[in-house]
Amino acid sequence: MTGKAKLSFPHPPARPDQVPDFSALAIPEAGALDVPPYEITAPESRPYANGLVRVLDDAGAAVGPWADYIADIPEEELLEGLRDMMRVRAIDKRLMTAQRQGKTSFYMQCTGEEAIGCGFQRALSQGDMNFPTYRQQSLLVAAGYPLEKLMGQIFSNDLDPAEGRQLPILHSARDYGYFTVSGNLGTQYIQAVGWAMANALSDNGQIAVGWIGDGATASNDFHSALLCASSYQPPVVLNIVNNQWAISTYTGVAAGRARTYAARARGYGVPALRVDGNDYLAVRAVARWAVTRAREGFGPTAIEWFTYRVAAHSSSDDPTAYRPKDEAERWPLGDPIARLKAHLIGRGAWSDERHAQAEAEIRDEVVSVQKRVEAHGTLLDPRPVPARTIFDGVYAEMPPHLARQAREAEV
Amino acid sequence: MAQMTMIEALRDAMDVMLARDPKVVIFGEDVGYFGGVFRCTAGLQKKYGEERVFDTPINESAIVGMAIGMAAQGMRPCVEMQFADYVYPGYDQITQEASRLRHRSAGDFTCPLTIRLPAGGGIFGGQTHSQSPEALFTHVAGLKVVMPSTPYDAKGLLIAAIEDPDPVMFFEPKRLYNGPFYGDHSGKSQGWAGHPEAEVPEGYYTVPLGRAAIRRPGSQVTVLAYGTMVYIAEAAVAETGIDAEIIDLRTLLPLDLETVTASLRKTGRCVVVHEATRTSGFGAELIAELQEHCFWHLKSPMQRVTGWDTPYPHAAEWAYFPSPARVARALRKSLEE
Ligand SMILES: Cc1ncc(C[n+]2csc(CCOP(=O)(O)OP(=O)(O)O)c2C)c(N)n1
Repeated sequence: MTGKAKLSFPHPPARPDQVPDFSALAIPEAGALDVPPYEITAPESRPYANGLVRVLDDAGAAVGPWADYIADIPEEELLEGLRDMMRVRAIDKRLMTAQRQGKTSFYMQCTGEEAIGCGFQRALSQGDMNFPTYRQQSLLVAAGYPLEKLMGQIFSNDLDPAEGRQLPILHSARDYGYFTVSGNLGTQYIQAVGWAMANALSDNGQIAVGWIGDGATASNDFHSALLCASSYQPPVVLNIVNNQWAISTYTGVAAGRARTYAARARGYGVPALRVDGNDYLAVRAVARWAVTRAREGFGPTAIEWFTYRVAAHSSSDDPTAYRPKDEAERWPLGDPIARLKAHLIGRGAWSDERHAQAEAEIRDEVVSVQKRVEAHGTLLDPRPVPARTIFDGVYAEMPPHLARQAREAEV
Repeated sequence: MAQMTMIEALRDAMDVMLARDPKVVIFGEDVGYFGGVFRCTAGLQKKYGEERVFDTPINESAIVGMAIGMAAQGMRPCVEMQFADYVYPGYDQITQEASRLRHRSAGDFTCPLTIRLPAGGGIFGGQTHSQSPEALFTHVAGLKVVMPSTPYDAKGLLIAAIEDPDPVMFFEPKRLYNGPFYGDHSGKSQGWAGHPEAEVPEGYYTVPLGRAAIRRPGSQVTVLAYGTMVYIAEAAVAETGIDAEIIDLRTLLPLDLETVTASLRKTGRCVVVHEATRTSGFGAELIAELQEHCFWHLKSPMQRVTGWDTPYPHAAEWAYFPSPARVARALRKSLEE
């Protein structure tokens, strides 16, 4: 007997020796979707979960109802947004190089994904809390987090607020709305829901924001978070950054045969949208909408940010082993910095010269901070925090067994 | 003072804390409207409202994960795992998140969270309603691990756990919910009524975490136990007439090493009793610590009476459950050598 059942294994459109191929992606035109009412239900969000909210068209013009929705944002603020993204990219580049030079053990870039965090952070207020993954450093930069601390964390020196306890890139910055990042994927997603529930219970007007990658949507806490957000309706925005890759694993393995991650969220009864993650204006618009919705008591929203992981997964990864070298260049949604730049130039608010000048200024700023921070110690010039501090903060008060171990460690 | 069962004492502790601190919230599977499968939260939702006491989906990772988010925000959640045997789906959140929040963020975020877990056997619970997984948590830096054995301690320790600034695993020996258990499984069960430790003060009081209690002073041998095994040890002492000092650890982590070592220096002999399986169980840690701290005072090898290294059986429950006879044997052996 020959059975009819066969397994099917998802594959990316192209492997290293092949030509990048995004022809299967349907990219809707900018401006095609309208702005739904805040009281939208999950079933009503179907077109948004299956479509793609886009504001910037191919010529760089802001078009459609979502463009109108944020038409009040001053040009100066958009220029700030452009600088935020440029700053993130410059920092990533410098720190990645520092890793290659042996000054730090590890680094992760967010190249190509800068618009998502930079745009989203602008929609948040003091007291709101992000539950980021390791790839949302853009939130910190847009929140104005001191670069000394951000870089101190990477070099694990005395400028690191967490005293060198965590792997580089796992920041913690409560005052900047950045929850302590864990190495364990998915866990923070349900914690965001709990934090948001506490916001509602204490009626403080603040919201929480969960972040997860496409690969990590397969973790059980993705399910936990969507279900509990649906059950209790807390003020939370649940973001899914779909950058097509989870280390070497193509996004189709996590997605299965489902059409979009946003559609999956809808299945839990959470209204969901899918958004062009490389379109800073679309990010600004949808973030404002979802944040307002949460704050006004309309409940949770899930957002799938459609983007592409341009860089290697981490400093320990070599993507040429599993995907075409030039895949990023063929990504149909382009580069977020280039697209906002083109838009601002089109508006007459920016120019190639000013861009080049800003790039140089930002690089100088980053380099000078980096020099100051490296003077506090790097892996090549280690000035570790005193070993004794590892015993601090395991508990609020050091219990006797740790006090004994701390004494033992000093000998 | 009032006479209370352990269930009533635990409920009273939550009642006191719900009234005292608006940041306290209680949730878990069936704990809301219904009041819990063991009735530990009965009436609390009616008294304090759904925002303070509520039912959750059947997802332990979600329960703990939500509670961590709430605790980090400033609430004081006290959540229930319906059975300790079902804590494993929440293990990631407990061991990688709750336990480490304070340390990994250098105090930027903290986790004042209490997780209640009905544990232990002796109730024909079979494989997944009888386990004692405390050692899986005493191995985790950043957690506290507590197990009361009396109504008085249950209330005082639970209040202390809820007030503690760090995450506390609060194991409740469900064999003791309705009365002490001395190992007689013939069917006659004994209630808490009349037991001195079932006299529970009204209102607020605490029993400090990290301190053991000497349940029976003695001179010949030290018995270290917690939970149901405290009563099994009492039964074994009554049977043998050996003048044993029975110590109820109450908190396993951090361990009250002072009380324990003082006793061992006095007696020179030690029997450790726990329901949990033997290999890498908490008894191993106790014996290792005592060997380091009391070696020159030891007169005989330290003994362990524990559950066997098997899954918890149904039909053969009483062959598995450490009996007074097994403890008695260990006591005698400890004195012989
Ligand atoms: C629970 C858990 N399993 C595995 C890993 C190892 N790991 C780290 S990142 C990663 C891929 C995550 O991919 P995705 O969620 O798509 O995020 P991206 O890296 O693309 O931003 C894996 C498997 C981990 N950190 N945690």
